Amino acid sequence: MKGSRVWSPIVGVVAFLYFVVPLVATAEFSVQEGPSHPFWAAYSSILSSPQFWSSLRLSLFMAVSAVVIGLVIIVPATYWAFLRAPRLQTWVEFISIMPFVVPPIVLVLGLVHLYGNGFGPLSSRPIMLMAAYGVISMPYLFRSVNNGLRSMDVRSLTEAALSLGSSWPRVLFQVVFPNLRTALLGGTFLVFALIMGEYAMSSMLGLNTFGVYMLLTGETRAHAAAALALISLALVWFLVGVMQAVNRGNVTIGGAR
Amino acid sequence: MPNAPTATTVSPMRRANHIWANSVWFLPLGIFALLFLLLPSIGLFIGSVTGGPHGVTLSYFGQLFQNQYLDAYKVSIELSATTAIVGAAAGVALAWAVVGGGLPGFLRPFFLTFSGVASNFAGIPLAFAFTASLGPVGLVTLFLSNHIGLNLYKHGFSLFGFTGLAITYLYFQIPLMVLLMVPALDHLKQWGEAASNLGANSWQFWWHIGLPILRLPLLGATLLLFGNSFGAYATAYALTSGMINLVPIVIGQELSGNVVFSPNLADALAVGMIVIMITVFAVYLITNRNEARWQR
Repeated sequence: MKGSRVWSPIVGVVAFLYFVVPLVATAEFSVQEGPSHPFWAAYSSILSSPQFWSSLRLSLFMAVSAVVIGLVIIVPATYWAFLRAPRLQTWVEFISIMPFVVPPIVLVLGLVHLYGNGFGPLSSRPIMLMAAYGVISMPYLFRSVNNGLRSMDVRSLTEAALSLGSSWPRVLFQVVFPNLRTALLGGTFLVFALIMGEYAMSSMLGLNTFGVYMLLTGETRAHAAAALALISLALVWFLVGVMQAVNRGNVTIGGAR
Repeated sequence: MPNAPTATTVSPMRRANHIWANSVWFLPLGIFALLFLLLPSIGLFIGSVTGGPHGVTLSYFGQLFQNQYLDAYKVSIELSATTAIVGAAAGVALAWAVVGGGLPGFLRPFFLTFSGVASNFAGIPLAFAFTASLGPVGLVTLFLSNHIGLNLYKHGFSLFGFTGLAITYLYFQIPLMVLLMVPALDHLKQWGEAASNLGANSWQFWWHIGLPILRLPLLGATLLLFGNSFGAYATAYALTSGMINLVPIVIGQELSGNVVFSPNLADALAVGMIVIMITVFAVYLITNRNEARWQR
């Protein structure tokens, strides 16, 4: 196309400015704590803050729990529907992508109104958050499990394992999971990227996750906030980089907006 | 289905076992989705139509049409529609610049990786990044007023209102559009080569080939962008300190107890959001399905 040679560079330059300038501005802002401070002052104050590490630990723990919950509920259903109950495949997919139509704030409102006033362990705030994160991870994990199952010979592997005397749990944990490992990495890292910066649900449930820590820092210390934004960007870049290296062309909607 | 037992050869006992063995695999998903997705949603619906003095009531849905709440829906929908349409247009232009051969090929992997990162870089840190750029003492604001003599904030601009929020949302909307459209544009590019070999000009190519091929993917992707920003909370809350009248913000006020109003009204607001999201997603699925059929 002749036309595209003319305006493509213009589009490219405008896009480059729009996407790079905020990052440069953030970097610049993060190193301007003041003339009496060294340029790394904001970073060292964050890295030496116990709240930073405890919030990061909590978010990491929540992300790991969400992935474990997600895998335990999604993998058996998707696997069995794929192998033995093809008519249920549509249902498994339907349930797995349903979280897309329930915005995070709506989900947490539903959980708090239903279980908030005493419902045994379900009324515990950390458990509610874990469950909510499990819910938002469902679509992403379903997609990677589904792609993974399609790219391996599930039927032969299962039959081989069964005819050699494996029990069903053993088939699941020693044959299916190990073969899905690569496919699962992509979805897992995506879920990590979503949950590590999540704010809406954890703040409503009063838990000091990394997202809540970032907001509280921003209310009082602007330069530290800019430094945190860059640290968070580096984290997302790492997680998405791994995800893209593992499976190309995965697209996300929803999450930590 | 070679393994399906037939009614004549299998005893009721075995069939019961078969059903049990099947359902064990679906129980974890079923129970989890029931407890943490379906029941809470049903609870919201029940909450939104009960709680009045006369049992079942539509008064809470009626209240949604009061100015404040109607305005919240209006602003939410306007913000999502604006960022979806502008994001879609800019995203397609950028994706075509990358895919269509107008930019050097080595930029493509960089753009795609960056799009993956930026579409996930949202919420609190994104709000901080834009405050550092376009806030009252942001780098861009200062640059424009010191070197070009344009004081944005004297001309009525504010990062902490509708326009500022829209500019910020585009930071994750445009990259999402790029990721969604690159496969369809790769497909279109082959047609472009055929068309220009046959002597079609740019206008003819876009009118007769580009638009018909891209119409449904464009519509589908724009709807996803709409849904993507409609439920967004963290970015808007961090930028405006919760001062903008969006539906998620209003629901958040009830949840955090900052503003006292009826929980049933919050339920009604939430049900309204779910209804809009279901509508958007249903249209997406219908157009997407037609698209898949067309490609076969």
